[in-house]
Amino acid sequence: MHISSEDAAKVAKLARLRLDDDKLERFAGQMDGILAYMETLGSVDTAGVEPLYSPVTHETPMRDDVAAKACSRDQILANAPATDGQFFIVPKIV
Amino acid sequence: MSDITTLSLTEVRDKLARKELSAVEATSACLARIEATEPKIHALLHYDAEAALAAAKGLDAAGPNSDQRLWGVPVLIKDAICVKDAPTTCGSKILQNFTPFYDASCIEKMRAAGAVILGKANMDEFAMGSSTENSAYKVTANPWNLGKVPGGSSGGSAAAVAAGQCFAALGTDTGGSIRQPAAFCGTVGIKPTYGRVSRYGLVAYGSSLDQIGPLTRTADDAAAVLGVIAGHDPKDSTCAPRDVPDFEAALAGAADLAGLTIGLPDEYWGEGVDAEVRDACRAAVDTAKSLGANVVPVSLPHTPYAVATYYIVAMAEASSNLARFDGVRYGYRAPEAQSLEELYELSRSKGFGPEVQRRIVIGAYVLSAGYYDAYYRKAAQVRRLIRQDFLTAFEKCDVICGPTSPFAAFTIGQMSDDPLQMYLSDIFTISLNLAGLPGLSMPVGLGAASAMPIGMQLFGRAFDEATILRTAKVLGNALPLLPRPAAV
Repeated sequence: MHISSEDAAKVAKLARLRLDDDKLERFAGQMDGILAYMETLGSVDTAGVEPLYSPVTHETPMRDDVAAKACSRDQILANAPATDGQFFIVPKIV
Repeated sequence: MSDITTLSLTEVRDKLARKELSAVEATSACLARIEATEPKIHALLHYDAEAALAAAKGLDAAGPNSDQRLWGVPVLIKDAICVKDAPTTCGSKILQNFTPFYDASCIEKMRAAGAVILGKANMDEFAMGSSTENSAYKVTANPWNLGKVPGGSSGGSAAAVAAGQCFAALGTDTGGSIRQPAAFCGTVGIKPTYGRVSRYGLVAYGSSLDQIGPLTRTADDAAAVLGVIAGHDPKDSTCAPRDVPDFEAALAGAADLAGLTIGLPDEYWGEGVDAEVRDACRAAVDTAKSLGANVVPVSLPHTPYAVATYYIVAMAEASSNLARFDGVRYGYRAPEAQSLEELYELSRSKGFGPEVQRRIVIGAYVLSAGYYDAYYRKAAQVRRLIRQDFLTAFEKCDVICGPTSPFAAFTIGQMSDDPLQMYLSDIFTISLNLAGLPGLSMPVGLGAASAMPIGMQLFGRAFDEATILRTAKVLGNALPLLPRPAAV
């Protein structure tokens, strides 16, 4: 699998990253090497092996669905880049 | 009084409990040490002398409390862990203005145990790296040789402990990020079993891999801190609902290794390991034998696939976890963004550094339609085989032992242009994170050629941290103590 800078640009776009051409070309080259290395896994016989997505062995139940106030509006807004004191401000969408 | 910052955590804790030392004196000594060493090693991103001294004064006013197992002990925290009212940047520009209004669960426990939090330690951005050169703010130097890296990503935590800035530091280990810097800086570092310590309040990198753990000078110190931060937390559903043994009691009186079987995996002791690393670790294994341990060969046959498996899993999880950094609710926002899409793209493009961007892009790729089965699902299958290797090996032994890193600390800048080479340096640490098992790195001496610390790892069965801590304590007592690092 060869990764071109167009391929890298497409994935970067999906990941909401805007990278300049130099960086895309560098990333594409590095991705090529890294993905080629990752493809060594193809030689492992995994027929019938159940994937392991987490090492957790205990039950992971959800918490009870009980409404509780953990923090104030001010605390939540304190780290926001832009607010009107009540809401997050973002650029106009429509 | 002589320089108390050369003492171990348990030694200082005993002096504090006996009122031979006040919390303010202990804190002041660490702050003085920070002032003296920080210009050389750049281990910290933030420290607050005023807040630390105020906390220490409060403790002194109340007096020592035997229920508080870290009463008056100054500590540092990796900047990936939320500490209330202290900046938490995760080593990234995208979080440069972020100040959490809550403590991570492990910090709540540290405070309840009477620890004094001095500040936040430097790290590779979002814990991605093996050298602490990927921090957006500064490059931390190894206290043993200022031209060398301290390891990563908890390099600031390891350097701070080695330099005497604190008596313990918390780090995080996703693929070896506690154990490898512990090895490079000559400290003890333990990655607990996945689920032993709550991840609530930790900025996530690879959620199925990350664990918080202590870096300290001795195994006893590690047991003391782990005993405080371990335990079930309803705020983290992956945190195991099981009792925490009294690790310190488990170590008390441990004098030999009779009855212990140590497994040596062929795959960790062969080619690719520097001679000085192999020699120092072999000498430590010989010492373990002389202390009564039985040594047997074991095999971890899927080790050659661990690096590829790890980076697929870690990058996939990272690309998902880091989607939350969008410039809307917290973190950096590109001021010139005109539309919502531009706001996302420009904020993320300017806020994340190159290593983080590279991992996000590869992570998105391996999760994308058409490639998911070939990469992510395949890696998850190999992950199960890697864990099975450990389970089979542990049928023959109680502890598995090998070098922490194939080499001692490398020169700053040596690997920064070759990400794959950097990833391969984690070959001996990452399998353990994939399997979710506990592992500890301990210093076993200085390298004959490099004069830098060499670390050896002890792997344990799930939730059996007590055995690896006890082994590290007995072995550590029998090996020559490392001096204070020469460069500081």
